[in-house]
Amino acid sequence: MSLLEIKNLHVSVDKHEILKGVDLKVNAGEVHSIMGPNGSGKSTLAQVLARRETYAVSAGEVSYNGKDLLAMKPEEAACEGIFMAFQYPVEIPGISNAYFLRSALNAIRKHRGLDEIDAIDFLPMFREKLKLLDMDEKLMNRSVNEGFSGGEKKRNEILQMAVLEPKLAILDETDSGLDIDALKIVAQGVDAMRNADRAIVVVTHYQRLLNYIVPNFVHVLLDGRIVRSGGPDLALELEEKGYGAMEAEARHATTA
Amino acid sequence: MITATQQLESYLESFSEFEMLAAGHSLPWLRKLRQDAFARFCEVRFPTTHDEDWRFTNVSSIAQMPFHLARNDRSRLSQQDLKLSRAEGVPCQLVFVNGCFARELSLLGKLPDGVRVGSLAAEISSNPGAIEPHLGHFLDIRRDAFCALNTAFLEDGAYVHIRRGTLVEEPIYLLFVSTGDGAPSMSHPRNLVVAEEDSQATFVEDYVSLDSGTMFCNTVTELVAGDHSVLSHYMIEREHKQAFNISTLRIQQGRSTNVVSHSLLMGGALVRNNVHPVLAGEGGECLINGLFIGNAHQHLDNYMLVEHASPHCGSRQFYNGILDGHAHGVFHGRVIVHKDAQKTDAKQTNRNLLLSDDAQIDTKPQLEIYADDVKCTHGATIGQIEGDALFYLRSRGIDEGSARKLLLLAFASECLERMKQGPIRKHVEGLINHCLFQVANASDSARGDSRGDTGRNWEEIG
Repeated sequence: MSLLEIKNLHVSVDKHEILKGVDLKVNAGEVHSIMGPNGSGKSTLAQVLARRETYAVSAGEVSYNGKDLLAMKPEEAACEGIFMAFQYPVEIPGISNAYFLRSALNAIRKHRGLDEIDAIDFLPMFREKLKLLDMDEKLMNRSVNEGFSGGEKKRNEILQMAVLEPKLAILDETDSGLDIDALKIVAQGVDAMRNADRAIVVVTHYQRLLNYIVPNFVHVLLDGRIVRSGGPDLALELEEKGYGAMEAEARHATTA
Repeated sequence: MITATQQLESYLESFSEFEMLAAGHSLPWLRKLRQDAFARFCEVRFPTTHDEDWRFTNVSSIAQMPFHLARNDRSRLSQQDLKLSRAEGVPCQLVFVNGCFARELSLLGKLPDGVRVGSLAAEISSNPGAIEPHLGHFLDIRRDAFCALNTAFLEDGAYVHIRRGTLVEEPIYLLFVSTGDGAPSMSHPRNLVVAEEDSQATFVEDYVSLDSGTMFCNTVTELVAGDHSVLSHYMIEREHKQAFNISTLRIQQGRSTNVVSHSLLMGGALVRNNVHPVLAGEGGECLINGLFIGNAHQHLDNYMLVEHASPHCGSRQFYNGILDGHAHGVFHGRVIVHKDAQKTDAKQTNRNLLLSDDAQIDTKPQLEIYADDVKCTHGATIGQIEGDALFYLRSRGIDEGSARKLLLLAFASECLERMKQGPIRKHVEGLINHCLFQVANASDSARGDSRGDTGRNWEEIG
């Protein structure tokens, strides 16, 4: 059984169909990359998997760990082990990072029947993860993402992922807007979390991130459909030819 | 409901009875103060929404109710009755029942020499000479019928005197308890705080009600801040949801004073909190910080009148409102910069969260500037809980109710963070927590399964 199985997924926003029948299987231990140009539906797919309720699923099924993902609320999906790193992490003034993250961890632990972790036990584990992402501990007493640079926000997403230890992590354009140094730190943080029980879906426009997080599979999403799937070489091919060529091919395939 | 004539007769009857026996009835100056105030009340009567200062607050429910003076009910109460109402870790707690000082319920622990704390009525009887130069000297009964009414019926409340150079570290906590007796009752607590030059202290007024029933508490505090004094004042309104509470804090600030007024309005049916500082001496600073949280049909009105009367003074107003159900909030921040008050720096900010379609906020900044070298800014926002922030928290495993509560707490914490660390902030934090928990839960059940994710953002309105 796959960890994630998406069948014929159709999704619309404001009656405009964005995803037009997506099929995808992701097994534990695998890293998949979903690539596509702007407006192809990549972020919509990521948001639906994180259970954003503004997206209406008009057809299709998504099973996660044998359960119906589309019946879950966002917090249920998170407690079941799904994590999405946001393309645009939200600033929340008035809630400290450390408090937020401990609340999240405890909500998930509670769901799994584990004891809550107190501030004292939380700290050593937290410090270790901070080191992994080369983040200043001082940031953690500040409000969630408030006044963070673009790079700090993205690192903060991966820090949360490292603390919450999801089964399925979805990175939504985590590379966008990062300079090469920040990109390396983020990518190394993600790569360090690869293991046989965890699946990672990397949603990206560009191939560069995939130099550091080498995927097992690459899928090309165009106009709401996955038009090609392959190995890491596919990303390189895309980088070389651009999405234009692939779009032309896809058009040719539908008309033929 | 009663007619205007009946209303006046009812007050006249109460007043005639009251002034015959009230503490200090034989003191000519006090008698005159009361009588003048009552005459003024008869002249102006209760305001209507045609008065600019009362445009958003209709007090006809107070005007039309035949209130009688609440009885002195302190002997009926025991320490046990107040157990849940008290602030923890505060050694000096004065308790007032329907405005009358209750010594047996009060805690009078550990205060430094140079501080005199007690009952205004007792001070009027035993030492009127100390009171006369201050009482009623700063409050303008001509401004407001409620101030006039309070002065007409003034008798008891807290009297605090702090001698020059005295530093009072422990807060002076005043707990005002209303008890009902079936019929609609009113009380008019009057507090006088005189802080001499170079003194420092913190005062808290905390209003609670023990019984249900219609009660009208109309309170006035005159706070005289001597030169170089540093004072904090807290007003906490947490009476039950049928209570009427009108309060006025009149602050007279001397040279280089630093005064902070915090108000927290959570209880009551119809609440109006007036904060009126006059920066009379050069270099004074005033911070007015407020939070109001309303649901059901509560009406919470925050009215500020900040008068800059001297040069080089600064004032800051920060008010946050959270309104759910059919609650109606008002922020009316009026700043007057008098002709000589050059180099004034005044700022006001009001931020509001509306949690339901029927909740309402009226926010009105009003700047009147007669000096030419000043800096005055104001701004107000109205918004809802942000869909993006809610989703962000939920996507990390935090359930919707808790996420909502966290966001409300975060919004409220802006006000909390302006309060100094200590037992009062802790007390206030506990009250806010409790109140927001109820609001978040009520919103949850009202919302049911409908998925509210409007994502509407902050709306700048000035």
